[in-house]
Amino acid sequence: MSADVPSLRVTGLAYAYPDGHQALFGVDLAVARGERVALLGPNGAGKTTLVLHLNGILTGGRGTVEVGGLPVSKEHLPEIRRRVGIVFQDPDDQLFMPTLRDDVAFGPANLGIRGAELDARVTEALTAVGLADLADRPPFHLSFGQRRRAAVATVLAMRPEILVLDEPSSNLDPASRRELAEILLSLDVTVLMVTHDLPYAMEVCPRSVILSDGVIVADGPTPDILGDVDLLAAHRLELPFGFSAARMTR
Amino acid sequence: MATGHAHRLYVHRPSPVHGLPPQVKLVAAFTFVLVVVSAPFRQLWAFGLFAVLILAVAAVAEVPIGLLLRRTAVEIPFVLFAVLLPFISQGDRVDVLGLSLSVSGLWGAWSVLAKATLGVLTSLLLATTTELGDLVAGLDRLHLPTLIVQIMTFMIRYADVVTGEMRRMRLARISRGFVARDIRHLPVLARSLAVLFIRSFERGERVHLAMLSRGYTGRFPLRTQAAGAGHWILALCLPAVALAVAAAAWGVELSQGA
Repeated sequence: MSADVPSLRVTGLAYAYPDGHQALFGVDLAVARGERVALLGPNGAGKTTLVLHLNGILTGGRGTVEVGGLPVSKEHLPEIRRRVGIVFQDPDDQLFMPTLRDDVAFGPANLGIRGAELDARVTEALTAVGLADLADRPPFHLSFGQRRRAAVATVLAMRPEILVLDEPSSNLDPASRRELAEILLSLDVTVLMVTHDLPYAMEVCPRSVILSDGVIVADGPTPDILGDVDLLAAHRLELPFGFSAARMTR
Repeated sequence: MATGHAHRLYVHRPSPVHGLPPQVKLVAAFTFVLVVVSAPFRQLWAFGLFAVLILAVAAVAEVPIGLLLRRTAVEIPFVLFAVLLPFISQGDRVDVLGLSLSVSGLWGAWSVLAKATLGVLTSLLLATTTELGDLVAGLDRLHLPTLIVQIMTFMIRYADVVTGEMRRMRLARISRGFVARDIRHLPVLARSLAVLFIRSFERGERVHLAMLSRGYTGRFPLRTQAAGAGHWILALCLPAVALAVAAAAWGVELSQGA
């Protein structure tokens, strides 16, 4: 795949839920390979709806989504779901197998990988998040930070084109937060991070977009976006007390 | 899995019994119990030998016998039923310590007690030497329908999560001064249960989304250990010896009857 094909291209995406509630009103977004982009927005802005379109769990609205040049459509679903690795907010939803090893193996096994190659994938993914020595533990016996990292490993094992994280910093203590950020920065993968934790966006993502009321209302370098107090305020976003974008450095 | 974080019943030891593939152990335990149940209960020596067999396996597995015996407490309700039998059964009576007991009732009690105890010991030994997840993987290997295997896997995985939620809800109730004292408090508890059900149901939906996102298509790839002929021969020694004992017991029983 050539470098000029974006990892993700969303064009004119609109979607209304079956109950009539319209969540997206024409979203346009392109993410180049290797980019790390924060998708910011208040609660109810349509962030989760957008994420569920990226791997074809929600379909049927207007517009298109392409992942690495491949359109999200029914016949491409297995490959799309390999390319888009979604890390959901609650790790207990993502870790459903008896042990960590089984869980990380779940995705690649669904791709038909077996035997020694499967073991290698599992070890590679767990090593990337620093959990290789806990492979045989049941998820319930991991700390919350470890479970969040384990959830990242479960999608890394599928060698995704783009890693999509839903509120990755929620409920993490400061050390786990830093550890996760270090891991995300060490990965050679495109990242789309859905969050309203603005300092975390600053730490991990050079570029940010704001989704508000179902459309992208701002797109630019994270320091610029977070430095625009009026823009943030207009979309129910604000830096925590004592923070200023000018003083935050990466 | 030597992390010390396994399920409560499991006791980790590096023994040959622990090392056997779970499906082999399941078949061996199940057939052993079938043989025990079908043996003639009047041949007391046969049941002695069955007990020796089970304890021998426990010794090989390095499971403390005391632990195993303490855990047989789960069968106490059945024991109570068995104790009643000699008093309530009809037929010939016999006097023991001034009590008139039914002979057939005594035999019935013995039969229930002996077979239940051996069955419980066998299950406990299986649970002590096999991890819960491996047992489910073993059932998968034995071609239990995949839907049932998946339900069991989720049950094991989420039992602790749901119990945790239940505990937090209880703490929240207590923190606001609620203590369940009598039947009038039942509606509050019932509503808590309903909330727990809805939360679990929603979690089920989110888990399903997470599964679809990783390419789930209906099949559930459980990591299982293949069983070789050696494994089967080793494990089936137990029911095979038991079968020989049972056959001998039937021989004696029939010759006595004749």
